[in-house]
Amino acid sequence: MFAYVVRRLGSAIPTLFIVVTVAFFMMRVAPGGPFDREKQLPPEIEANILKVYNLDKPLHQQYFDYIGNIIQGDFGPSFKYLDFTVTDLILAGFPVSLRLGLAAILIAVVFGVTAGTIAALKQNSTFDYMVMGLAMTGIAIPNFVMAPLLALVFGVYLSWLPVAGWNDGALQNQILPVITLALPQIAYISRLTRGSMVETMHSNFIRTARAKGLAEKIVVVRHALKGGLLPVISYLGPATAAVITGSVVIEAIFDVPGIGRYFVTGALNRDYPVVMGVVIFYAVLIIGLNLVVDLIYGFLDPRVKVE
Amino acid sequence: MSEKRWQGLFGLKKLFCAACVFAVMTAGIALAGGNLRVASMGEPASLDPHKVSGTWENYIVGDMFVGLTTEDPKSNAIPGVAESWTISEDGKTYTFKLRQSTWSDGTPLTANDFVYSMQRILLPETAAEYASLLYIIEGAEAINSGKAAADTLGVKAIDDQTLEVKLTGPAPYFLELLTHYTAYPVPKHVIDKVGKDWTKPENMVVNGPFKLVEWLPNTHVKLTKNDKYYDVGAVVLDDVTFYTQEDRAAVQKRFRAGEIDVAMDFASDQIDWLKANMPEETRIAPYMGVYYYPINSSVAPFNDLRVRKALSMAVNREAICDKVLKTGELPAYSFVPPGVSHYEHPAEVEWKSMPYDERIKEAKALLAEAGFTADKPLELTLKYNTSENHKRIAVAVASMWKQIGVKTELYNAEVKVHYADLKQGNFQVARAGWIADYNDAQNFLYLLETRTGPNNYGRYSNPEYDKLMLEAEVTADLTKRGELMYKAESLAMADLPIIPIYHYVSKNLVAKNVVGFEDNSKDIHRWRYVTLK
Repeated sequence: MFAYVVRRLGSAIPTLFIVVTVAFFMMRVAPGGPFDREKQLPPEIEANILKVYNLDKPLHQQYFDYIGNIIQGDFGPSFKYLDFTVTDLILAGFPVSLRLGLAAILIAVVFGVTAGTIAALKQNSTFDYMVMGLAMTGIAIPNFVMAPLLALVFGVYLSWLPVAGWNDGALQNQILPVITLALPQIAYISRLTRGSMVETMHSNFIRTARAKGLAEKIVVVRHALKGGLLPVISYLGPATAAVITGSVVIEAIFDVPGIGRYFVTGALNRDYPVVMGVVIFYAVLIIGLNLVVDLIYGFLDPRVKVE
Repeated sequence: MSEKRWQGLFGLKKLFCAACVFAVMTAGIALAGGNLRVASMGEPASLDPHKVSGTWENYIVGDMFVGLTTEDPKSNAIPGVAESWTISEDGKTYTFKLRQSTWSDGTPLTANDFVYSMQRILLPETAAEYASLLYIIEGAEAINSGKAAADTLGVKAIDDQTLEVKLTGPAPYFLELLTHYTAYPVPKHVIDKVGKDWTKPENMVVNGPFKLVEWLPNTHVKLTKNDKYYDVGAVVLDDVTFYTQEDRAAVQKRFRAGEIDVAMDFASDQIDWLKANMPEETRIAPYMGVYYYPINSSVAPFNDLRVRKALSMAVNREAICDKVLKTGELPAYSFVPPGVSHYEHPAEVEWKSMPYDERIKEAKALLAEAGFTADKPLELTLKYNTSENHKRIAVAVASMWKQIGVKTELYNAEVKVHYADLKQGNFQVARAGWIADYNDAQNFLYLLETRTGPNNYGRYSNPEYDKLMLEAEVTADLTKRGELMYKAESLAMADLPIIPIYHYVSKNLVAKNVVGFEDNSKDIHRWRYVTLK
């Protein structure tokens, strides 16, 4: 298995290289530059700034310089947050996003899998329809509706929780962002679980288990769930990557200092180094989490062998 | 994941205790009246006054540093580090007498600190976006373009407490300009030692009423009273915390919930609710800025005055201010807003008082003269940067133009693309805005000079206009200077290279217990004057 992991990681390098290259040139193709704004800069000042940030060199030169720098671990300065480097920003923001994201994913798995399993076992019952109806609603309501709604109800009207703010990560400041992040995931995971469990419960090995006279609880927990959770596990790889890298909407509304904002504002600001930094970071996370998912598959599914 | 590990990661219990302690502490501070919580509406790009360029940064750095002159609560220029000054006969040489004062680490602040700072902001490698504001100082432009050495700058320390500044022309706004953050002193002794990290809380040394204690990017910046500030006795607040959240709707909710004391710049679409529910907290005041549509006069048919005039006449500014915006903006018939220093009455378009119906009639006639009829209507693209307000105004203007038979296509783009288009002259009619850097008509009118380049979006070029503005630049007599600029603006209001639409207002939410927050036309508020009831 060790050899497998090394091989997978080795093959990640060309993937990353392609991601970096495509992102670098795509970013530059976009019209408008980092220093275009309402108060246009006088040409001599723009020239000074371009020089300081190496933007006055030909594009291919900038590209090779950039590749050289990232190999040495230097992701450059941000054009928008002048007193911080891209590494500073990611290191400051990621722990926050990670903490919220893991909490949200954990809640989503516990609630989603439980609800989905019960719905599958009671297929076509009132409970089933209720859970699936709620799940559809959860998927359909976007977070930019849900977040202000929660803030208004629990923050302004009931005054139970702060409307927004981070407050050095105090628990009460995390509740609403975590719930907002978790809700659509609960919905999605419960639907996935239900679908896959319904199918698994009808398969031959479950019939065999029952024929052996096993208690229904053991049939479900030990046999059915193992197979039934496979689609959820494969979904969890990219979903975790997406959730722990934050959400621009949730960060904007709850004033959470995570890294989700950089994916959007970085691009809007044409803050090239920040965009490149978060793209590379995200790519590494996806590659890493997909590898983890594949390894877990090996444990859960006897048909899959990690070689 | 085991339970123990989970707790370690999330630290629930610890966090909860910390939260309780924090809540008690903040309650304690609030009782002492010490911590003002300001929603400054944007993460500062930097806390180095030479590198910032936004109003949201000015709210923070403006109380960490004090220049030669500084602002009073109404934002008028008053003596700062300079106790007094003399101005030469020709208005070009200023000699400042500095008070005895120190940096927050106790190092004396001398005239040499100002020499260093003004040279530093102009050095090309500093890459200061706003350096051009100091081009009025002798030698500044050449240094900033890399054509001259820093020591050729017309700023000299006569002795530790005396500073001489030479200007390229008499600039009656110079003392006010010195209140601007581009003219703040920065601590050479710290920058030499730690370089660009000097703005980190552990290094930062300032000379203003408050010093930096915490800066968490995209969360907050916290300042605390600087005991070494020369007028520390007059400062009441212990701390000021700036929350950098940009989302106006979310900030407004925080304000309602009492989490914020002052919220700068609320969203216009909230005005009806605010007026009904929080009339006392809602502060609206005239603001030195203009919202306008430049017309690209370098392309046909917009090089035809009749077309530009028809478009301008058909815009019903009153309807836009009263029905669309509803926040008390002033309909604009001039480029310079009313109430600017030494320029009380801007030059307005001559047809301002004409009833709107007649204006429509005349606009139609002008278009017909220019060759546009119902069979061959004028078709144009109106560009604006993506924003709900810009869209509402553009839709309203398009429907007004429809009355005179103009077919308007609306085109919106994100802000970077929009301004890149404007810079390259890639537009017909577009949305733009301008907020003055200092209280002087020249800061508006120079936008229409040929030499201004990219900021003169519509590429307006009238030699007579340029001549008048150049003449004003070298005129020391304030009345005469005002008259020259008035003549220039009158020319522009006849040529109509732009459609002024409205003059801005500032829109802030100020809690009832905040005392000393004075509305003013620059929307600059120094927290050293504010107290909490």
